[in-house]
Amino acid sequence: MMIVDALIVSAILFSIGVVGVLTRRNAIILFMCVELMLNAVNLSFVAFAKLHGVSGHVFVILVMTIAAAEAAVGLAIVISVFRHFGAVDLQNLKLLRR
Amino acid sequence: MTPFYRFQFYLFALMAIGAAVLFVTRRSPVAAALWLVNVMFALSGLYVMLDAPFVAAVQVLVYAGAIMVVFIFVVMLLNLGRPGQLPDLRAAAPRLAAGVVGVAILANLLAVRRNTFPSVELAPPTDNVVTPVAESLFTEYLLAFELTSVVLLVAVIGAVVLAKRKATA
Repeated sequence: MMIVDALIVSAILFSIGVVGVLTRRNAIILFMCVELMLNAVNLSFVAFAKLHGVSGHVFVILVMTIAAAEAAVGLAIVISVFRHFGAVDLQNLKLLRR
Repeated sequence: MTPFYRFQFYLFALMAIGAAVLFVTRRSPVAAALWLVNVMFALSGLYVMLDAPFVAAVQVLVYAGAIMVVFIFVVMLLNLGRPGQLPDLRAAAPRLAAGVVGVAILANLLAVRRNTFPSVELAPPTDNVVTPVAESLFTEYLLAFELTSVVLLVAVIGAVVLAKRKATA
């Protein structure tokens, strides 16, 4: 059945996003990995919408809106980090670790 | 479920997974962003196959068209330097841990999703794809819809404040 296949694709994409978040040090690529995870969840919503009606599509649209807001704020933070350190390497952000 | 439908579905699925792997392994942020756009187009194809053409259109417009443009704009604005000088991967031990965590999450998700799902009798999909979504969005989920507008306003103000502030060194 196509729904199960779509859910498996969604699980694989989500895991790829998790591995990306855990392995990369570039803040911009990290945000893109988070977007990939949100997209994987959206695919799950659309697949389940085939079983449970159109509410899943509404959730996907709401998730996209939140993702846009998150990208805007996150990239503004990246710009301020770049102004402060001259790089977007996450290893720089360790003030709270001391 | 015609064979052609299956073929197209798996084509888009493989395209999404392959592009995602390439995206996560690219060193240069611009190359990574372009592969992510590829993932989003493949996902939009999958949405069409799953009877959600409106969501597919919104996916192309909002994700591939707007959010990724913002990402690429920031990458080019920051002038990060050559890919060789960019921050590399984390050290070997965290990478191994990340791989273990990724495989564990994948196994977990697949184990959950192998269950059978209770099926509900739904009306067959019609040509009119926007009306059902709009009816649900503006009646049942009206409060959530209005709240997202507030979130967007806060995000716009926050982004402007954060990006305009001078660095306090």
